[in-house]
Amino acid sequence: MALGIGTEPTAGSGAMPGGSLPGTARSRPRAVRLPRSPKILAGLAMLAFFLLWSIIGPFVAPYSPNNIGLNSPVPLPPSAAHWLGTTNIQQDVFSQLLVGGGAMLLVAVVAGVIATALSVIVGVTAGYLGGLADDLLSMLANIFLVMPALPLLVILFGFLGKSGSNDVFLIGFIISITGWAWGARVLRAQTLSLRNRDYVDSARIIGERAWRIIFAEILPNLTPIVASSFLFTVLYAVGTYSAMAFLGMVTLPPNWSWGSMLFQAATNNAELSGYWWWYIPPGLLIALLGTSLVLLNFGIDEFINPRLRAAGLSRRTGSRRQARALRSQQFALTPVLIEAAGAAATGPAPTGGSVRAGGPA
Amino acid sequence: MRVIARRLFFYAVTAAIAVTIDFFIPRLIPGNPVQAILSKIQGQLPSKATIHALDLQFGVNTTASLWSQYTHYWNNVLHGNLGVSTMSYPDSVGSLIRAALPYTLGLVGVATLISFVLGTAIGAIVAWKRGSWLDNLLPVVTFFQAAPYFFLAFVAVNLFAIKLGWFPSERASNVADFPAFTWTYISDVLYHAILPALTIVIASAAGWIVGMRNVMVTTMDEDYVLIAAAKGLSKRRVIWYAARNAILPSVSGFSLAIGFIVSGSLLTEIVFSYPGLGNLLLQAVSNNDYQLMQGLFLIITFAVLAANLIADFVYVFLDPRTRQEA
Repeated sequence: MALGIGTEPTAGSGAMPGGSLPGTARSRPRAVRLPRSPKILAGLAMLAFFLLWSIIGPFVAPYSPNNIGLNSPVPLPPSAAHWLGTTNIQQDVFSQLLVGGGAMLLVAVVAGVIATALSVIVGVTAGYLGGLADDLLSMLANIFLVMPALPLLVILFGFLGKSGSNDVFLIGFIISITGWAWGARVLRAQTLSLRNRDYVDSARIIGERAWRIIFAEILPNLTPIVASSFLFTVLYAVGTYSAMAFLGMVTLPPNWSWGSMLFQAATNNAELSGYWWWYIPPGLLIALLGTSLVLLNFGIDEFINPRLRAAGLSRRTGSRRQARALRSQQFALTPVLIEAAGAAATGPAPTGGSVRAGGPA
Repeated sequence: MRVIARRLFFYAVTAAIAVTIDFFIPRLIPGNPVQAILSKIQGQLPSKATIHALDLQFGVNTTASLWSQYTHYWNNVLHGNLGVSTMSYPDSVGSLIRAALPYTLGLVGVATLISFVLGTAIGAIVAWKRGSWLDNLLPVVTFFQAAPYFFLAFVAVNLFAIKLGWFPSERASNVADFPAFTWTYISDVLYHAILPALTIVIASAAGWIVGMRNVMVTTMDEDYVLIAAAKGLSKRRVIWYAARNAILPSVSGFSLAIGFIVSGSLLTEIVFSYPGLGNLLLQAVSNNDYQLMQGLFLIITFAVLAANLIADFVYVFLDPRTRQEA
């Protein structure tokens, strides 16, 4: 599964939501303006669909995914009895699809929660403390970042054996160990830049304790990045779990997932024999689930860095020249985060084009 | 060159930790790997000697101290001794990996290079033309970014190898061919590599496109780009100036990306029955060949670290600021 490096919202790239005026942000609840972006809306809608699919799926599946029929030696194409055809041992593909979503989503969410917690703890601690603690924690994160996860997971799961591959929470935990480092690095960079803001300095000067500064002053301003790294880890876990299942490391029959369907399709050479109904649907579902998460992440990226959003500008405003005019206006305003500044109800929001530019992209 | 020295030190530490993990995982995970293997050998009663050999292999029931086992393990690794494969006994893990490594290095190396160049170029253009029809490319790219490599491989095999018959569907060369430095053999190997490489390029370019586009959009708002445009430099020149700066995060983000690309490529190899490390990994998994899995983890980690080192050299070459302090 390919994952973009994206823009890491590091200290260098500047803008962050409401970063300069957290006091106001805390005293009045910030309106959540995220759902205005079509990317976020599409992502949320798709994600809701998948949630529904995996919750309802097992109950509406027409057959048991393990049900073996013996009326044909080869996979049968879609028919009225089997909407998406059958596998080589006449199991119903559609039923396997319906049943196969739940465990994977659960693993992904478990991994996402644990990894995000780890990355917040490590990243914020490293960024806030600085010095030797920062050096050591950063090094730890970097080591986990460069170490290739798949072969490491293979030996971990290999030695855990069957009992391990049946435990959803254990799998989620192990995947999270290999998936927390990216978030930690981004959060560290952002904490580093927040640490020296005036409002943090003043909190320190009036004698607030470190944990209060971290929880009340710094963490609220990291929310979009925490959300983005959570989504990233969920996406990573979906891909990783599918990969493990594709390698045949997840025991069947109890643990149906889309990845294990592809494993069975591959071992039976479905792609060589043209049994498209066997491998296209599960692959497509994994890809679409991933797409929904990437879209949401895009939306958050655009929230963090509104310049990414200016894409919809020209179509909104009609002419290219106008768009260019707006863009050139932005030259003067570059470091200001217009949308978020507006959302945080801070000072005079500049009248740049991107206020309107939550538009299509 | 202080940057490179620091990175070298970091990679040495990481490699040492990888070796340590490799040593400790069989010893720390609950359950006895020897029993796990014995339960797999069905039908034949293991002799005392077999059990003893396995005990030695995994360091179970041994009187040696953990430290002496550890140093012994290091000694083996440094001498290139990664143990014996149980799957294709009596071949050593090292010899199996040596046979497969060139295929993976060639395939993944070339594919990654192509996808990086292509992806960043497309990303730069998409960013430059933001607001044009090219933005419609992004949802498509998103899909490819999220699709598993092996799924794309399935589709590629079925479409280009089976339906259209343009490329071979599996293996790295014809069965009848004997490896030799002849044009027939080399062209055959290249011909077999096209489809898997194409799959990897399509799957991994998406990440580079999005990454480059996002940075480039920000870079284009920098004052020096405005000035370059205002001076009347040709458009190509201006894009070049902006892109040269925007590419830096892509290069420094390489360490994250390469892990995903390698994992994805290993799985792609499986679909194509390509005789590289990915297939070896699958065989190791399905035959419970633990020594082979451990050896593969080490070698793949070392390869990824080497790739990262190259990326560091490129970064130092591209960004003069890193050279200044030296």
